[in-house]
Amino acid sequence: MIKTIDTKLFRELWSMRGQAVAIILVIMSGVGLFIMSLSTLDSLFQTRQAYYQTNNFANLFISLKRAPQKLAERIVDIEGINAVETRVVAGVNVIVSGFDDPITGQLVSIPDLGHASINRLYLRKGRYIDPRKDDEVIVSESFALAHRLETGDHIHAIINGKRKKLRIVGMALSPEYIYQIAPGALMPDFKRFAILWMAKTPLSTVYDMQSAFNDVVITTSSQVNEDIIITKLDNLLNPYGGQGAYGRDIQLSHHFLEEELKQLKTTATIFPIIFFGVAAFLLNIVMARLISLQREEIANLKAFGYSNLDVGIHYAKLVSIITGIGVLCGIGLGAWLGFNLSELYIEFYKLPYLHYIIKPSTIILATLISFGLSLLGTFRSIRHASMLPPAQAMQPEPPPLYRQTIIEKFGLQSALSQPTRMILRNIERKPVKSFLSVLGIALACGVMVVGNFQKGAIDYMVNIQFRLSQQEDLSVTLSETTSYHAVYSLDNLAGINIVEGTRSVPVRFRNGHLDYRTSITGLPADSRLRRILDEQLRDVKIPDNGIVLTDYLGKLLNVSPGDTLQVEVLEGSRPVRTIQVYSLAKEYLGTSAYMERRALNRFMKEGNAINSVSMSVDMAFLNEVYRHLQEMPKVVATNVRQITVRNFYEIVAESVLFFTFIATLLGGVIAFGVVYNNARISLAERSRELASLRVLGFTRHEVGYILIGELLLLTVLAVPIGFFAGYALCYLLILNLQSDLYRVPLIIESANYTYAALVIIVSTLISSLFIWQKISRLDLVAVLKTKE
Amino acid sequence: MIRMDPLAASQPECVFQVRDLVKTYTMGEVQVQALRGVNLDLFKGELIVLLGPSGSGKSTLLNILGGLDTASSGLVRYFDRELTQATEKELTEYRRFHVGFVFQFYNLIASLTARENVSIVTEISTNPMRPDEALELVGLSHRLDHFPAQLSGGEQQRVAIARAIAKNPHVLLCDEPTGALDSKTGILVLEALQRVNREIGTTTAIITHNAGIADMADRVVHLADGLISNIHVNSQRKSPSELSW
Repeated sequence: MIKTIDTKLFRELWSMRGQAVAIILVIMSGVGLFIMSLSTLDSLFQTRQAYYQTNNFANLFISLKRAPQKLAERIVDIEGINAVETRVVAGVNVIVSGFDDPITGQLVSIPDLGHASINRLYLRKGRYIDPRKDDEVIVSESFALAHRLETGDHIHAIINGKRKKLRIVGMALSPEYIYQIAPGALMPDFKRFAILWMAKTPLSTVYDMQSAFNDVVITTSSQVNEDIIITKLDNLLNPYGGQGAYGRDIQLSHHFLEEELKQLKTTATIFPIIFFGVAAFLLNIVMARLISLQREEIANLKAFGYSNLDVGIHYAKLVSIITGIGVLCGIGLGAWLGFNLSELYIEFYKLPYLHYIIKPSTIILATLISFGLSLLGTFRSIRHASMLPPAQAMQPEPPPLYRQTIIEKFGLQSALSQPTRMILRNIERKPVKSFLSVLGIALACGVMVVGNFQKGAIDYMVNIQFRLSQQEDLSVTLSETTSYHAVYSLDNLAGINIVEGTRSVPVRFRNGHLDYRTSITGLPADSRLRRILDEQLRDVKIPDNGIVLTDYLGKLLNVSPGDTLQVEVLEGSRPVRTIQVYSLAKEYLGTSAYMERRALNRFMKEGNAINSVSMSVDMAFLNEVYRHLQEMPKVVATNVRQITVRNFYEIVAESVLFFTFIATLLGGVIAFGVVYNNARISLAERSRELASLRVLGFTRHEVGYILIGELLLLTVLAVPIGFFAGYALCYLLILNLQSDLYRVPLIIESANYTYAALVIIVSTLISSLFIWQKISRLDLVAVLKTKE
Repeated sequence: MIRMDPLAASQPECVFQVRDLVKTYTMGEVQVQALRGVNLDLFKGELIVLLGPSGSGKSTLLNILGGLDTASSGLVRYFDRELTQATEKELTEYRRFHVGFVFQFYNLIASLTARENVSIVTEISTNPMRPDEALELVGLSHRLDHFPAQLSGGEQQRVAIARAIAKNPHVLLCDEPTGALDSKTGILVLEALQRVNREIGTTTAIITHNAGIADMADRVVHLADGLISNIHVNSQRKSPSELSW
C-alpha cells in the first residue's frame, strides 16, 4: 500500500511538473553530453584497438632505397622482432577518367598468395588479387567511394613513367591508412589521394625490384625496447638508403589519428566537465531554493511528529525522482547520440566496424554526480528549514530587514518609481541569493559561448594560415631533389603568375632529451607566396642563416631565439649538425621549421636544389596547369590551397563542429532550464507579497514589473559576467586543445557573444511570459485568508 | 514511554506543570519577550481556554507545551517528563505520539484529500483511530475524498481536528481554531472539539481572543504581557451552541 506521505509526493510532483521538466532537461542535457562524449571516446579507442589487433598493425616502419630480399632474414634475426613483411611501395600519379584534378597515389605491394601477415587488408568489396594478372589492384575504399568506382572499373596510373591501365578487383581498408593523408598534405583528401594495393610480383617487375624491397613493416613482441631495435634496424639498413626506422608514434596515419583522438578526447572530456559541472551546480541551487519554499510544509510535517529524518527522506525522494528521470533520460539520450556520433567517427576515420561501448563506470559516475549534487542542495535546505522549531517555521519569516539601497542613499530615490525601488531593495537585501541567480544565468551564458566558439576560432585560424600566410594556389612535391632549373620550365607556362621553388628536408630536431621529427622548409628569401608571421601578424624575416621554428615546435623542444638545436637530417648521408634558432613564428597549423632556401642548400652541402614548387595560378588556366603537372614524371603530390581549405572545413566540420553543435544545443537547453526555474521559484517565493500588492491596488503591470523587472535586471547583470565566464571556459578548453595538428586560437567572435546573450535573453523573455500568465492569475482572495 | 493511567479519580492527574517559563525572541533587530515567567498546571481531561489580546504570549505558551518551540528558561513538565530538557528527537517522538494540534489556518496539505490528510498522521502513530472514524467524529463522513480546496473553511478546520485527534493524543492544543471562521461554522468546530474532549477525555487547550468561547471551558486562563493575569473556574460548562459570539 502506498503511504499517504508518498501520495502527497506524487501529487505535488505532478503539480510542479513544469519546473520538474525544466530540471529534468538540465540533468538530461548534462548527463547526455557526458555519456555521449565518453562513450564515443571509449568506443573509438576500443574499435581501433580491436582493428589493430585483428589486422596485425605493424609496430615499426622503415623506408629505404632498395635492399635485396635476403636481407629480410637478417631483420627477423634482430632480437624482439616477431614478424617482418618486406614490400615495394611507390608514389604514382593516378588518372580517373572524367576527373581533371591531379590525383596522387601510393602503390603498395601485397603478397602474391595469401594475405599479408602484417597490416592485413580489410576487404570491403570484391576479391583478393589474382597474382597471375599484372593489372589487378585493390583500391582504398574511400577513394573508390569518392569517385563512385565499382569493382571491374578501370583507372590509369603513371607507373615508372608509363601509363598503365589497372582493373579494380576489390576495395579495402587498412590499419596502416586509417587516416589517409598524402605526403605533405595537411588533411586527407579522398578524391585526390589513392592507395592502390598490387601483387608483389607485377609491382616489383615494373619498378625493377625483383627479389628486392624498399619498404619494411615489422611487428615486435610487446616487452621490448623499440629504441634499441630501431638503432639496430638503422645500422642494418642505412647502407641500403634507409630513411630511419620509426614506431607507430610517428607513422602518419596512426600519428594523425592519435592526434585527432587526443583532440576529441580533450573536447569530449572538457566539454562534459564544463557542461555537467555547470548543470550540476545549477541543479544544486535550484533544488535548494525549491526545498526552501517548503519551509512551512516541513514545519507542518514536524508538528505532526515526523522527524527530521522522515522529512529529509520525503524530500530526498521528491528530488531523487526528478533526478532519476533526468539521469535515465540523459543515459538514453547519451547512448543514442553516442552511438550515432561514434558511427559518424567510424566512417570519418575509415574504421571497418564499430564496437560501441558505454562503460558502466561512465554511467555510475554520471549518476553519482547528479544525485550527489541534487541531494546536497536538498539537504542543505532541509537542514536549514528544520533547524528552526516548527512553531517559528510556521510563522511567516520575520519581516526581512530592508534598507535603502546605495542608489537611494545618493538621493536618487525620486528618480526611481516605488516598484523599481522594491526591485533594487530586494536584490540588495538578499545579496547571496541574487549573486547565485546571477552566477547561474552567467554560467549558462558561458556554456553557450564555449559551445559555440570553436567555429569562429577555426575560421580565424584558416584565414591566417591559408589567406595571409600561405598564398600559393598550388604546390607540388617532386619525387626527388632537382636543380632549381625545374622552376623555369614552369615559369613560362600560360596561367602561372609566380613560381617559387622550395626545398624540404626531413629531420629530427634534438635539444637535450627532447626530440621531434618534422621537416625543414627552405623558402626563397623574398618569398611572395609564403609569409611567416608573428603573433601580431607582422612578417618574420627569414634569416640568411639560422632557423625559424613554429612557436609550438619551439615549446615542444623547449628552445627560444638564440638557442642552438641539433639537427639530424633523415635523408641522403644523414648528417648531424647544429643550428641557431633565429626566431619563433606564430602558426596555428602543423609544426614546421623554416630556413632560407639557399641557406638550407648550404646546410645540406648541396647545390641550388629544390624538391617542391609553389605557384600562384590564374584560375582560368587551372586545368591546363593540372594537365601539364600530370605529365611531369617527378611530380608525386599536388596540393591545391582551395581544396585543402575545403577539406579542412569538411573534416573539422564533421568532427569538431558536429560535436560542438550538439554541445551548444544542450547548452541552450541548460540555459533555458536555469532561467525558467529561476523565474518560477522567484514567483513562488513572492506570490503572496505580490498578491498583497494587487489587493492594495497595484495593477498587474506594476506587480508583473516588480518580478519580471528583477529577473531582467539580474539577466542584464549576468550576461557580461557570462561573457567573462565563457572566455575563461574557452581558455580552459584551448589550453587542452593544443596538438601538433593545429592549435585553436582564443578568438571569440562578437557574433558568438551575441548568440549566447540572445539565447539567455530569449529564455528570460519566454520565462517572463510564463510568469506574466501566472501573475495574471494570482488568487487575491487566498492571500487575504492566509496568514501573511 | 509515558504513563497513561491516572493516579486517582478524586485528584485529577497533572498533565502539564509549567514553572517560571520565559521565552525571548529575536525578530530581526528587535528582542521580544513573549513570556516573562508563567506558572500553570493543566489536569487530565480538562478543557481550558487561554484568553488574551494579541501579543499576550498565549500562542508561545501553547507552542512550547506542544513541543513546537523551546523555552528560553523555566520548566515545563509533561507527566514526569521535562520537555524543557528534551532533545530534538524526544520532542519529535512527543509530538508524534502525545499531542494533537489544530491551527488557525488549518495547515492542511493541499495535495491530499480529507481522508489522506488524516492518514498521513495515523500512519506514523502507534494506536490511532481509523481516519474515517476520526472524520465521522467531526461530522465529515460525507466529505472523505474531497481535497482541501473543495471544502469550506469550517470543514477544513474540522478535518484539521480529525487529523489532530486521530492519533488518540493525550493533549489537544488548538491555536485560534475558529479565528478564520464565521460564528455558525465556528460553533460546529467547537462542538467537534467538545465532543472529543467529552468522549475521549483528551486534555484540551484552546487559544482564543474571543471571550465568548470561554464559557465552554472548565477553566479560563487570562494572559497579558507574557504573564498569567487571572485564572477563572467555570462552575458550569456551556455547550458551544449556547455561546454568545
